Amino acid sequence: MKFSKIFLIAATLAATSAGAMAADISGAGATFPYPIYAKWADAYKKETGIGLNYQSIGSGGGIKQIKAKTVTFGASDAPLPGKELDETGLAQFPMVMGAIVPVVNLDGIKPGELVLDGATIAKLYLGEIKKWDDAAIAKLNPGVKLPSTAVALVYRSDGSGTTYNFTYYLSDVSAEWKAKVGTNTAVQWPAGIGAKGNEGVSVNVAQTKGALGYVEYAYAKQNNLTFTKMINKAGKTVMPGSASIQAAAANADWHSQPGYGVILANQPGDSSWPMTAATWILVYKNPSDASAVREALKFFSWAYAKGPKMAEDLDYVPMPKTVSADVHKMWVSEIKDSSGKPVFALTN
Amino acid sequence: MSQSLANQPALAGMTAAAGLRAAKLNRLRTSDAAFRGMTRGAALGVLLLLGGVIVSLVAGSAPAFRAFGPGFVTAEVWNPVTEQFGALAPITGTLATSLIAMLIAVPIGIMIAFFLTELCPMALRRPIGMAIELLAGVPSIIYGIWGLFVFAPFLQTYVQPYIIATFENIPIFSTIFAGPPYGIGVMTAGLILAIMVLPFVTAISRDVFDSVPPVMKEATYGLGCTTWEVFRSVILPHTRVGVIGGVMLGLGRALGETMAVTFVIGNAHRISGSILAPGTTISASIANEFTEAVGDIYTSSLIALGLILFVITFIVLAAARLMLAQLEKGKK
Repeated sequence: MKFSKIFLIAATLAATSAGAMAADISGAGATFPYPIYAKWADAYKKETGIGLNYQSIGSGGGIKQIKAKTVTFGASDAPLPGKELDETGLAQFPMVMGAIVPVVNLDGIKPGELVLDGATIAKLYLGEIKKWDDAAIAKLNPGVKLPSTAVALVYRSDGSGTTYNFTYYLSDVSAEWKAKVGTNTAVQWPAGIGAKGNEGVSVNVAQTKGALGYVEYAYAKQNNLTFTKMINKAGKTVMPGSASIQAAAANADWHSQPGYGVILANQPGDSSWPMTAATWILVYKNPSDASAVREALKFFSWAYAKGPKMAEDLDYVPMPKTVSADVHKMWVSEIKDSSGKPVFALTN
Repeated sequence: MSQSLANQPALAGMTAAAGLRAAKLNRLRTSDAAFRGMTRGAALGVLLLLGGVIVSLVAGSAPAFRAFGPGFVTAEVWNPVTEQFGALAPITGTLATSLIAMLIAVPIGIMIAFFLTELCPMALRRPIGMAIELLAGVPSIIYGIWGLFVFAPFLQTYVQPYIIATFENIPIFSTIFAGPPYGIGVMTAGLILAIMVLPFVTAISRDVFDSVPPVMKEATYGLGCTTWEVFRSVILPHTRVGVIGGVMLGLGRALGETMAVTFVIGNAHRISGSILAPGTTISASIANEFTEAVGDIYTSSLIALGLILFVITFIVLAAARLMLAQLEKGKK
């Protein structure tokens, strides 16, 4: 009697401590999706009691930490190339999307009034177009009165996924950009001033007449910045917004790159926003701690299913259903525990 | 060893009082030894920590120096795409901003200190002194944000266009003050740094000025010297070691300051002849780029920047020591 009681208490203690250990999903990486991950985590904790410990230390840090296996998942704004995924045994899938929008400070120009295209933006950032009333800009904006102000360029000084996606797009549309500058989280800018974070860029744009910068769409929308329209790959003029961003994702061929590593810049489709960007999650295909990865995947599965509304509230764009269904299948077929059984089952 | 010897007389004396005294002395001796050990441990701990920092900086920067050689220090390129890195732009920016800061902060700081100790009415002494000390307590991020939102637009609208126009036709100056008025840039960073190091220079100068014996000053005044002569010939020579100490402390802060500079310097890895143009400093580059630096060479180059800053700070401190030693010799 007495013994069984002690055993019962011990067992309960063991169970609760095991529960506490499994309680927190640990991840680290990109800062761009941090607000939505935090919001999802909060809602998920209320529903399941399982929390998320996400350190938004930047994509580079996230990749380093998952490689060092100090976290269950890593998060990155730039996808890892297939070769690196194979070497490290990591699986990669996109979680949520956003977009990058050009922002300007020109007298008499309202948000969404000015139209730019990729080639022109590349020329602007290369320092080749120096005045706003340049013929290249005037041609895209018939009927708009362009001031003869000098162009003041503003870029992100901190390494960021935003810069990565922006420069990827410019490399895609301009051979000259690709040769002279290239694509990375930080690049050697031929001209302009660097400002820290979205807030730094928008403040500098707001303070300087004739300024051109680029920020995340959510940031531009929430702060009422003067964003521009863009001409996309199909030659159509599009407004940045949830619809045009999702159109870019829907038109993308997600299987053309290993680990869904498709950069959504310059996707085909009449209504696709050309500077769309996804953010990725990295987990091990054969994790040493299968149960931790299972908890993480359950959270991501829940986020695909119940997270879209919350994402839209924060001006992120959820992944299309087709993509999330495909990612679920990949989990089952590729992520296995030590005995070779799938870590994640579609039924739970 | 010394303890056992010291115990000898205590053992020899057999009276109770002597025994008690010996026990007490013994206890004091042990506690003293423990105290000495602790202070020594703390001091050695700092050395150990410093050694650890140097070792990890050297080890971390090894790949960058292996890839670029000593040319790393003299190259201006900073291209994360092609993984070509050179430290010249951040080094120049660090030295330029610190120089501007010291040129402004040192004379003003010493003047404030002199005013506070010699000329200021008693009632104002405490408020002004407190205000200066409060400046030292403001976190650097606040200076950065204030610089970006308030100071930079002010410079951009009211100061820089005027400066550019004034020096437009004067050679050399037209280069130093060239360019569009961005508001942010090397000069703005230097000005913010000047405000940040001012309290260090002022507080220390004030304390050492206070330490000048009143008799000396009164005697000089008695000889008919002016305030300026007293300051130049009595107070400054008497306190120069302390003043230089304060200046070096300020310079140390200016060289290493990160957040405030990052906000207002413009973060461009370019060297420009104009101090109105954007630039970058060593610490600003590290703070900006470290989190998203992918690849060994990139990370290693940033750590190498840290090592260079360490070396610069060391050289500055060593130069200050040398200068002080020279001064001491000159006195004798």
